[in-house]
Amino acid sequence: MSDITKLTISQTLEGLKNKQFSATELTKAYLQDMEAKRNLNAYVLETPEQALAQAKVADTNYANGTPRTLEGIPLGIKDIFCTKDVRTTACSHILDGFVPQYESTVTSKLFNDGAICLGKLNMDEFAMGGSNENSFYGPVVNPWHEERNLVPGGSSGGSAAAVAANICAAATGTDTGGSIRQPAAFCGVTGIKPTYGRCSRYGIMAFASSLDQAGPIAKDVKDCAILLQSMSGYDPKDSTSVNKEVPNFTSFIGQSVKGLKIGIPAEYRPQGLNQEIADYWDKGIEILKQAGAEIVNISLPNTKYALAAYYIIAPAEASSNLARYDGARYGLRIDGKNLDEMYTNSRTSGFGAEVKRRIMIGTYVLSAGYYDAYYLKAQKVRRLIQNDFVEAFKKCDIILTPTSPLAAFPIGDKTMRESPINMWLNDVFTVSVNLAGLPGMSLPIGLSKDGLPFGLQLIGRSFDEETIFKTAAIIEQEAKFERLK
Amino acid sequence: MLLEGKTGKWEIICGLEIHCQIISKSKIFSSASTHYGSDTNQNVSFVDAGMPGMLPTLNEECVKQAVKTGLGLRAQINKYSEFSRKNYFYADLPQGYQITQFVHPIVGEGVVTIDLDDGTTKDIRIERLHIEQDAAKSIHDMSPTKSFIDLNRCGIGLMEIVTKPDFRSPEEAGAFLKKLRSIVRYLGTCDGNMNEGSMRCDASISIRPLGEKELRPRAEIKNVNSVKFAMQAIEFEAKRQLELYENGGTMEQETCRFDAATGTTKFMRKKEFANDYRYFPEPDLPPLVLTDEYIENIRKELPELPDAKKTRFVENMGLTKYDATIICENKEVADFFEKAAAGHDGKKVANWLMGDFFAMLNRKNLTIENSPVSAENLGKLVGLIENNTISGKVAKDVFEIMSETGENPEKIVEEKGLKQVTDSSAIEAIVDQVIAANPDNVTAFRNGKTNLKGWFVGQVLKESKGKANPQIVNELLDKKL
Repeated sequence: MSDITKLTISQTLEGLKNKQFSATELTKAYLQDMEAKRNLNAYVLETPEQALAQAKVADTNYANGTPRTLEGIPLGIKDIFCTKDVRTTACSHILDGFVPQYESTVTSKLFNDGAICLGKLNMDEFAMGGSNENSFYGPVVNPWHEERNLVPGGSSGGSAAAVAANICAAATGTDTGGSIRQPAAFCGVTGIKPTYGRCSRYGIMAFASSLDQAGPIAKDVKDCAILLQSMSGYDPKDSTSVNKEVPNFTSFIGQSVKGLKIGIPAEYRPQGLNQEIADYWDKGIEILKQAGAEIVNISLPNTKYALAAYYIIAPAEASSNLARYDGARYGLRIDGKNLDEMYTNSRTSGFGAEVKRRIMIGTYVLSAGYYDAYYLKAQKVRRLIQNDFVEAFKKCDIILTPTSPLAAFPIGDKTMRESPINMWLNDVFTVSVNLAGLPGMSLPIGLSKDGLPFGLQLIGRSFDEETIFKTAAIIEQEAKFERLK
Repeated sequence: MLLEGKTGKWEIICGLEIHCQIISKSKIFSSASTHYGSDTNQNVSFVDAGMPGMLPTLNEECVKQAVKTGLGLRAQINKYSEFSRKNYFYADLPQGYQITQFVHPIVGEGVVTIDLDDGTTKDIRIERLHIEQDAAKSIHDMSPTKSFIDLNRCGIGLMEIVTKPDFRSPEEAGAFLKKLRSIVRYLGTCDGNMNEGSMRCDASISIRPLGEKELRPRAEIKNVNSVKFAMQAIEFEAKRQLELYENGGTMEQETCRFDAATGTTKFMRKKEFANDYRYFPEPDLPPLVLTDEYIENIRKELPELPDAKKTRFVENMGLTKYDATIICENKEVADFFEKAAAGHDGKKVANWLMGDFFAMLNRKNLTIENSPVSAENLGKLVGLIENNTISGKVAKDVFEIMSETGENPEKIVEEKGLKQVTDSSAIEAIVDQVIAANPDNVTAFRNGKTNLKGWFVGQVLKESKGKANPQIVNELLDKKL
């Protein structure tokens, strides 16, 4: 494995600028390491030709002294982002062979800024899952203790694993209920889900439209800031993206948190919370206290309903969003005697079990006679959860919690297999943030006794990613978490 | 209209739902063209085709057209409205859902005044108007085993206009469709061509014994594509229900379709087999919020609508209500009339327009837009009659020439020497000549056969090639005979 692939984006940009290595050399190093790490199954499609072509352009730009902000940075792209002329399937069988003729806004922004595409990253089918075991292309192996065959988390499992294994400089992810933050925590890397509306959803295959947000998964806080800078911004093609100026995120890194009020929600410390996680949470609190921040106890009283509301709203939207995958125009088609049979055959073969489960739940909760009791009620709960945060942010500037109640678990874990509910419980600390549309970041804080990464989550006010970057940078600096080399 | 049954009189209760394609350059949620008549699958964006990751963006032009139409229906414009998804699977619906408005439509209650044949009017209440996307077109006759889909229509903006169940006869429903078509055409918000499908109608029909208060289960007839068919469908369905009830049957809510070939309605499905559309708020589009200023600006741009025009034509231009109703139904006709009538007697212009002019258009199979006789020239023709330059009879000949050549009537009259002779000395000479040439008839007249007067008038007019002023001819004959 190469050394230059272990660098952060800021270090890599430095190296490229100083001609320590060329973009082509760098890209080749990544492509080699990707090949060496194919056992992880992080990539579902490698795009070496495109990567080397982009690297060549980058080298020319460096030679001409006109590099763009991400010139020559090799990225992995979650397979939910439509990439022009590059197969995109959301890791679903139903999109077999689908090659978009358009580019998602987020990836086009990254590539326009000079980033290089190494390939498409594995994920839970249509981003539904928390372990990456729901991919049509098979599970991803967590690069921590490969021999133990642990999950990388999900749904952006390929993204987090690839970043942790240094087979991309950073990756794109999407987060509907924790799909950036939880795998980042499981793989000991950093990921941020920005405020809903910060990044355009155009060209990202929709799971739950009112919750989906794109964001970066990277090796450190600063890299997240650099990438989010490029990914953010209003897009007239997405009516839910917000026309707001994007601040200079990196400029907040290194700023003091003195006097900053850190909210600690009581509801995130339920009885029976894993003691190691509780201890690391306390460590985070201690770091911020030492840095001069003020610790404030807050309450988010409706947290206990968040998971239930989430698992009504997200499947409801998904059941509708996934209706277009019907075998008629693209992807998999299994013919039948008539139209209905063709739909049934194609969708029966094309969707995996978890996707089918959520389509069925979503269809049920929107049905006549059940809509009020489920969907409408869940929307009311969502409003209450949003209000909880509004109230909390009157007392504090940012909220600190664990990212997940668990560390990475084995692929095929028995408890998780027993009931989908056990799997869904992993999202307990992350879903509220999506329901409220707030920005949330996960960053590594330390290892468990048996050597697995734990993450802490920072939740900011709406469109206040700056405070997250500032606070995260302090924790990162003091936690001295060692990435995989 | 009441149905005469064996058991007594029955009343028809009918409401309409009309889908009007919005006139706009691009589709309601995408930038693809709405052009009618393009090759199949030419006007299709990635959004229309339901490609993964595509998002709708609202076309403001469609919003404006809906508000305009709402104002034309004298309706409440809702400053807050929302889009919803109506979910169902069909090959003509690539997204698997239609984006429509459900709980919060853009336009609320309004009213349309219809004109009935007996000269009376009736107010029909509008329940709501909402905007949504049209579906694609299925083509089933290209292959014995496959269906084909043309996505050109998919995503074109529609206004769905729903009335209250205020119709009591097929005639009322027909009058409403004509009036609505007239309003949207005046507004330029829909071209109202039912045969091209840019205006489509569903009718809900139930009947009940006269005096009964409760509404009975209704039949919904889908996609009736002409005014005539709508009237036929309502009449047939009402009579079918009457027969059913009077033979001891009962109705259940059902959906049927109109078969134009037989003029009958055909059963499609009972209510319990209706789709559960699982409506929910469209998460890809924020709520639509309009300001008072926005609505007022549109109100200011509204053209004069048929009812207002009609009143003005009756009050200021001397038209009868009947003439005004016919002339105002079509904006082009009303505009033509107004142009022609400028400076002339409105009633006379109307007579010419509705008489010789329409007959000429019919004969030549032309529309008013490509009439060879311009509004100005029709006005001039009436002017020539008004100032006694030509007689009504000559005018008919001049009009014939105009409809062939499109020429100015003044020029025709000049060139052909058709000017009426009002110089009494010139006429006197002809009168004298006729008297001198017919001594027998003069004697007969003078001996009491006074009805020969008409014969003398005819002879003089004939001699003058129709140019002599008949009034002067009469006066001179009276004097000389």
